[in-house]
Amino acid sequence: MRIPTRSLALIAAMTMIAPAHAQQSGGTLNLVIQPEPPGLMMGLLQNGPTQMVAGDIYESLLRYDTNLDPMPSLAREWEVSEDGLTYTFHLHEDVKWHDGEDFTAEDVVFTVDVFLRETHPRLRASLVHLESVEAVDDHTVVFTLKQPFGPFLGVFEAGTMPMIPKHIYEGTDFANNPMNSTPIGTGPFKFNEWRQGSFIHLVKNEDYYLDGKPYLDEVYYHVIPDGASRAVAYETGTVDVLHGGSIENFDIERVAALPNTCITDAGWEYFGPHSWMWLNNHEGPMADVNARRAVMHAIDREFARDALWAGRGQLATGPVSSSTRFHDPDTPSIDYDPEKAREYLAESDYDGETLRLLPLPYGETWQRWAEAVRQNLQEVGFNVDLVPTDVAGWNQRVSDWDFDLAFTYLYQYGDPALGVSRTYVESNIAKGSPWNNVAGYRNAEVDELWMQAAVSPSPEERQEIYSEIQNRIVEDVPVAWLLELGFPTIYRCNVQNLVTTGIGINDGLRDAWIEQ
Amino acid sequence: MIRFILARLVKAVVILLAILVLNFTLIHMAPGDPAAVMAGEAGATDEQFLEDLRRRFGLDQPFLVQLWIYVKGAIQLDLGYSYRRGMPVAELLWDRLPATLLLTGTAFFISIILGVIAGVAAAARQGRWGDTIISTLALLFYATPLFWIALMSVLLFSVVLGWLPGFGYETVGANYTGIERVIDIGRHLILPATTLGLFFTAVYMRMTRASMLEVSRLDFVKTARAKGLKPRVIQRRHILRNALLPVITLAGLQAGQIVGGAVLTETVFAWPGIGRLMFEAINQRDYNVLLGVFFVSAAMVLLFNLITDIIYVLVDPRIRITQ
Repeated sequence: MRIPTRSLALIAAMTMIAPAHAQQSGGTLNLVIQPEPPGLMMGLLQNGPTQMVAGDIYESLLRYDTNLDPMPSLAREWEVSEDGLTYTFHLHEDVKWHDGEDFTAEDVVFTVDVFLRETHPRLRASLVHLESVEAVDDHTVVFTLKQPFGPFLGVFEAGTMPMIPKHIYEGTDFANNPMNSTPIGTGPFKFNEWRQGSFIHLVKNEDYYLDGKPYLDEVYYHVIPDGASRAVAYETGTVDVLHGGSIENFDIERVAALPNTCITDAGWEYFGPHSWMWLNNHEGPMADVNARRAVMHAIDREFARDALWAGRGQLATGPVSSSTRFHDPDTPSIDYDPEKAREYLAESDYDGETLRLLPLPYGETWQRWAEAVRQNLQEVGFNVDLVPTDVAGWNQRVSDWDFDLAFTYLYQYGDPALGVSRTYVESNIAKGSPWNNVAGYRNAEVDELWMQAAVSPSPEERQEIYSEIQNRIVEDVPVAWLLELGFPTIYRCNVQNLVTTGIGINDGLRDAWIEQ
Repeated sequence: MIRFILARLVKAVVILLAILVLNFTLIHMAPGDPAAVMAGEAGATDEQFLEDLRRRFGLDQPFLVQLWIYVKGAIQLDLGYSYRRGMPVAELLWDRLPATLLLTGTAFFISIILGVIAGVAAAARQGRWGDTIISTLALLFYATPLFWIALMSVLLFSVVLGWLPGFGYETVGANYTGIERVIDIGRHLILPATTLGLFFTAVYMRMTRASMLEVSRLDFVKTARAKGLKPRVIQRRHILRNALLPVITLAGLQAGQIVGGAVLTETVFAWPGIGRLMFEAINQRDYNVLLGVFFVSAAMVLLFNLITDIIYVLVDPRIRITQ
């Protein structure tokens, strides 16, 4: 697996700095949150803002480092059987829920088998491989699979499998449980107060099971709806951390240059935010592979990265992000080449029809990116109309395949079987969701390969199959891959150990401390 | 008078119902629904997830059934439940109301007082340099976009000078109480209230000035002068009182919007008011919240129209109420 050298240097730097200081306890950390989350019950809500705040309240069995190798969390040790079918987790013994009850293996079983099976669509997709989950004793849980599932050790992240207290939720209507507004987890911080429209306040969990942790006394998430105001909040000292994506890209360089300010691209490895344009393979001009190839070669992605994304992130080489496991960098070139684009266009059936391009309604950067792409496409001979929408309208159009090209970006969750195959296999073609195989790509042979790769127990074999998949999909250009997005975290340099895992700020406050 | 007010109230209820039905229909015509938005934010979804949400929100019912349920609730002043925030809409609105009233109310009074004073002053100095300065300033505030003034004032007073907080309702985490809290909120209020108030100050000023000048040319003012009344008395008792009618009309319109909040100002200044709630509800297709805001705002507009009409009578005895 390849990691951007910048991140490597940073990790090295962090490991070198950390032992030089003794961690200091105390202090308040101020962050921003936007948009305001709909709620903090992590088992019910999987959107970004909820995960960021509730990631301090809830925990899962494992965490993942920036290489996506598992680290202990609620599980202190774990074993996987030779045949890849049995996963045994040994839990920490003195973990308590925020209301004082003991956290036990029974909670794990309830969480996976009852609660999340009902509420969590993404985990549900992985649970089809699960035969059973059993509590052997109070602190040992065994997961048994129907067949080997390569990425299974990768689903024990807090956003994917947050541990839910059985004593609160068993037998209740989960969505309407009154306790949803005062979430109870095992995490390093407890929920204290949420003033709608203003802030969310978390306080230190004094009974946390790791001695001395967490270091911070209090955490405030400030709700600030305007990007420019968020930058001002940092400049005037109200907040200390701007998580990735919280200020406009054109502000990044300026804010990062302020005194005592550090910036890091790390902390997104587990998510691997990957952007592309859906190309409508179902019908219209983009159903023609040569027209799609023409689009792919017509767009200048390097320009977009440098001009619109503050030079952060890198060009995608195909469907799998370079931070995701089994990425293969040696796929056929999809680089900017207007000449080649014109050749492909000449070979295609494209007849001057006007293409409908849907920008992603997530603010300035995406709007301008769509304008840049339209210009790129016009230069090689396409006619393009931008179709403006708001988020709900975008959802609807993408879910109904009502577009020719549409911007999007998705998380990959560390493994192609968790976050990549879902947008390319034929069994995932269905109207009604913007996150399945919206493009309508059909390739039975590649489908077969996806299947094999997911259930193969050997990483070497998986690498081989995924390399072949990547090569073949890039040939077919079902979508036009854009960038592996860079979402840098900007923070005051005296905030230490803020981003130490591949999950970044979502679970970073456990270890963070402020140098006085 | 009583009969007049009662008749107007009955009319208001009918209008309110019509507005309710119209809003409900319009909102449901917008593409996408709250379940799809929430599923969209989750970054992954399946049929079951969407069905669960729609059933929970009652969106699986036929349109007319949903409309009937909503109207029935609204008549009993039950504004329903926010799909997204899992709270009763009435509670959400009630939570946000103090912040909004403080902001829009302050801006309202600032603008009406400053505007009328500036207008009177300008009219008294018609054509001289005082008038020119006031009129130019008013034109400037009138023409400059609100968000630009907002951003520039934050840049100047908060980033460069560091005098005033640039956003928020109070200092988070300071836990002030009593008078300290009042001062803290007051400091946070200055920039947004001024920004919001400037535009209307300009409008009131221009209207007062024009109206004053018009009235001052009327015959009864000449008579007053001929009687030998002091210019000050003529200004206040004869001209101003007659010139205020259009200003009151405008104030009635502005007052009706007080509860609706101020989307732009509240967004830039992170002010936790109703305008922002409404804007977020539009994006999230949180129908009930949106309808709730519309309902309360519509009710306020109707109420203030009625109050304006009553004030007309008090200010100008020539106006009579006809049945």
